[in-house]
Amino acid sequence: METFLGLDYPTLWFLVVGALFSGYAILDGFDFGAGAWHLFLKKEKSRRIALNAVGPVWDGNEVWLVIGGGALFAGFPVMYAAMFSSMYIPFMLFLMFIIFRAISIEFRGKEKMKWWKKTWDIGYSISSIMLAFLLGVVLGNVLQGLAIGENYVYKGGGFFEFLNMYAIMTGVTTLSLFMSHGAIYLLLKTEGRLYAKLTILLKKGMIFFMVSFGITTLYTLLYIPHLSDAFKNNPSLFIVPMMAFLSIANVPRLANKRKFKMAFLFSSVTISLLLVLVAIELYPVLLFSTLGEQFNIDIYNAAASDKSLGIMLTFVAIGTPLVLGYTFFVYRTFRGKVKLDEHSY
Amino acid sequence: MDVEILARIQFAFTVAFHYIYPPLSIGLGLIMVIFESIYIKTGNKEYETLARFWTKIFALTFGIGVVTGIVMEFEFGTNWATYSRYVGDVFGSALAAEGIFAFALESGFLGVLLFGWNRVKPWVHLVSTIGVFFGSMFSAVWIVVANSWQQTPAGYHIVGEGLNARAEITDFWAMVFNPSSVDRLTHVWLGAFLAGAFVVLSVHAYYLLKNRYVEISKKAFKIALIVATVFSLGQLATGHKSADGVAKNQPAKLAALEGHFEESAPADMYILGWVNKEKQEVSGIKIPGGLSFLLDYDFDTPVTGLNAFPEDERPSQINAIFQFYHIMIAIGIFLIIISLYGNFMWWRGKLFDKRWLLWTFVFVAILPQIANQVGWFAAEMGRQPWVVYGLLRTSDAFSQAVRANQVLFSLILFFIVYALLFVLFVYLLNKKIKHGPYDEKDDDDRPLTKEITGVITGN
Repeated sequence: METFLGLDYPTLWFLVVGALFSGYAILDGFDFGAGAWHLFLKKEKSRRIALNAVGPVWDGNEVWLVIGGGALFAGFPVMYAAMFSSMYIPFMLFLMFIIFRAISIEFRGKEKMKWWKKTWDIGYSISSIMLAFLLGVVLGNVLQGLAIGENYVYKGGGFFEFLNMYAIMTGVTTLSLFMSHGAIYLLLKTEGRLYAKLTILLKKGMIFFMVSFGITTLYTLLYIPHLSDAFKNNPSLFIVPMMAFLSIANVPRLANKRKFKMAFLFSSVTISLLLVLVAIELYPVLLFSTLGEQFNIDIYNAAASDKSLGIMLTFVAIGTPLVLGYTFFVYRTFRGKVKLDEHSY
Repeated sequence: MDVEILARIQFAFTVAFHYIYPPLSIGLGLIMVIFESIYIKTGNKEYETLARFWTKIFALTFGIGVVTGIVMEFEFGTNWATYSRYVGDVFGSALAAEGIFAFALESGFLGVLLFGWNRVKPWVHLVSTIGVFFGSMFSAVWIVVANSWQQTPAGYHIVGEGLNARAEITDFWAMVFNPSSVDRLTHVWLGAFLAGAFVVLSVHAYYLLKNRYVEISKKAFKIALIVATVFSLGQLATGHKSADGVAKNQPAKLAALEGHFEESAPADMYILGWVNKEKQEVSGIKIPGGLSFLLDYDFDTPVTGLNAFPEDERPSQINAIFQFYHIMIAIGIFLIIISLYGNFMWWRGKLFDKRWLLWTFVFVAILPQIANQVGWFAAEMGRQPWVVYGLLRTSDAFSQAVRANQVLFSLILFFIVYALLFVLFVYLLNKKIKHGPYDEKDDDDRPLTKEITGVITGN
C-alpha cells in the first residue's frame, strides 16, 4: 500500500472523487435549481433573464460531471461498473434529460411564437427538475445499498426498482436543496421586480428544503442504521452534522439580510458538508450490498492499482489549479448582473 | 435480440452520432484561430466578422459534442460493466486525463469565446479561442490513446482470473505511446481539419453562388482551400502510416480491409470490389500485388491472409469492412483532386467563375464526414471479435446485470432524443447560414436599460 500524508491511495482518491462530486453539485446544482424555478417566473423577460443568468456557464458546469465520472471510472472501476449497470434506468433517464435540457435551452429563443417558447420553457424546467431529482435518487440507492452479489454483479432487476421510498426522499431533498441554491444564484444575477419575486420564491424553497431534509434525516436514523455506525464508533465526528446544521441555518439568516453573496457561499458550503456527511456514512464502503456484507464494494476492492492511482493523483495535482484558474477567469469575466446582447439565448 | 447485440447496436449508434460533432469542432476551431489571428495582425474587420460567424456555428457543434460525449462516458459503465472492470485501470486513466486536461480547458474558455466578444480585449479573446482549440485537440489525443490501447495494448499486465481478471498499468508512457496511437491520432486530427475546412468551403461557396457576402466569402474560401489542400495531401501520409501499423500489429484486420484470404501470398489492392466470404474471393478492379507493394515496396512480398487465423479470432463481416475501408480511401483521393483543381483554378484567376465548381464544393462537405465515419467502422469492426485486441472478447464485455428490455428501452429513447437533436442541429445550422455573418439588430436585442425598465414597470 502506497501512502501519501499518511493516507493510502484509495482513500486519497475517495477524497478526490468526493471533491469533484461536490464541485459538480455546487455548480450544476445552481443551474438545475434555476431551471426548476423557470415556470414560476411568469413574464417572458424574467424567463429570458433567468435563462441568461446560467447561459454562459451551464455548459462549463457539466464538465465537472464528465471529470467526476472519469475519476470514478479510472479510480474505482469496480464501483463504476456496478453503480452504472445496477442503476441502468435512472442513469439512462439522466442522460436523456441532460440532452433534452440542452435542446430546450438552445431552441427556446430561436422563434417568436408563444407556443414555441412555452413548449421549450416546459422542457427546460421539467428536465432541470428531473435531473436534480435523479441525482438524489442515485445517491439514495447508494446509501441504502443494492443487491450486489458474487463478482460485483447486480442481482436485482425490475424496471422501477430504483424508485423506492428512500430514494424518492433523497431525490426530493436534493431537488429542494438545488432549488434554494439556484434561487440565490438568480438573486445575484437579477435586479428590479424579478429580484423581488425571487426573494419570495427563495423563502418557499428554503422551507421546502427544511421539511424534506428533516423527514429524510429522520427516516435515515430510524430505518437505515448502518449509516450511523461511523458516528456511533467515533463521536467526535458529530462535529460534521453540527457544522452542516449551522451552515443550513445560516443561509436564511443571510438571505433575510439581503447578503446574497454570502448566502450563496454558505449554500455551497452546505452542499459540500452534506456530501462530507455522505462520505463519512459510507467510508470505506462505496456501495453497500443488501445480500450480505461480504459483497460490499469498498474503496479497496474497487480501486485501480496503486500505480494507476499514483499517476492520476499527479494529474489532479497538476490539473486542479488549472481548472480553478479557468473557472475563476470565466466567472470574473461574467461577473455582475445579466446583460442581454446579441449573443444571448 | 440479446443484450450483447443490443448493446453493440446502441454503442455503434451513439458513437457514430457523437462523431459527427467533435471533428467539426476541431476543424472549425482551427479555422477560427486562423481568422482571428489574421484579424488581430491586420486589423481587418472582415476577418473579425468571419471569426464571429464561425464561432456561432462552432458553438453549436461543440454543445452537441459535449452532451453526446457524456452519453459515451456513461455507456461504458451501464452497458459494458465487465469491460469497465477489466480496463478501468488503463482506459479509465486516459479518460480521466481527457477530463482534467483537455475538456476543462475547452469548456473553461468556451464561455469567453462565445459571450466575451464585447467584454474582453481582442488578444484575450484570441487566447481563449486558442485555448478552446487546443483543448479539443487534446481531447482527441486522450480518446484516440484510449481506443488505440484497445487495438494495440501496451504498458500493462493482467492480474487475476476469469471474471475478476483485469489489466493493470505498468508503464503509463508505454500505454500512451502504444504502437498505434501516434499514427491514428494524426489520422484523426487531419480528418477533423478536413471536416471543418470543407464545411467552411461549402457555406461560402453557397454564399458566392447566391451572390451574398461576396467579398468576405472569397477571403474565407481561399483560406479554407489552403487548409483543405495541405491536409488532404497530408492525410495520404498518415493513412499510409496507419495501414503499415495495422499490417504490423493487427494482421487479421489488414487482411479483412483488402479481403485477402490466402494464408500467405502476395496481396492485391482493390480500387473497388465485392467480397464473397463463402467462396473466399473478391471480384473488382485491382492492382495485382498492390498491397504487397505498399507495405514493402515489392509486388511479390507475401502478406498474411485471413485463413492464417482461427475462425473465432478474426473478424466476420469481411465485405462490410472492405467496403467501408474502400469508401474512405476513395473519398480521400477525391478530396485531393478537388482541392488541387481548386488551387489550379485559383492560380489561373478563375476560382470563382465556374458555377459547377462552386456547387461541387457546396456538396463536398458531406464527404469528409462520411470518410470519418466509415474509417472508424472499418477500424472497430476490423478489431472484432475482440474488444481489447487479443485479450478480451466483445461477447464477454457487456453488463451481466442489465436485461435486454432495459437496453431496448434506452435504445429507443436515444433514437427519439437524437432524432430531435439532429433536427435541432440542422435547423440551427440552416438558420445561422441563412442569417449570414453580419449581425442585424432585431427587436429582441434592445439595450439593457430598456430591458430592465420593462421588467420593473411590468411590460
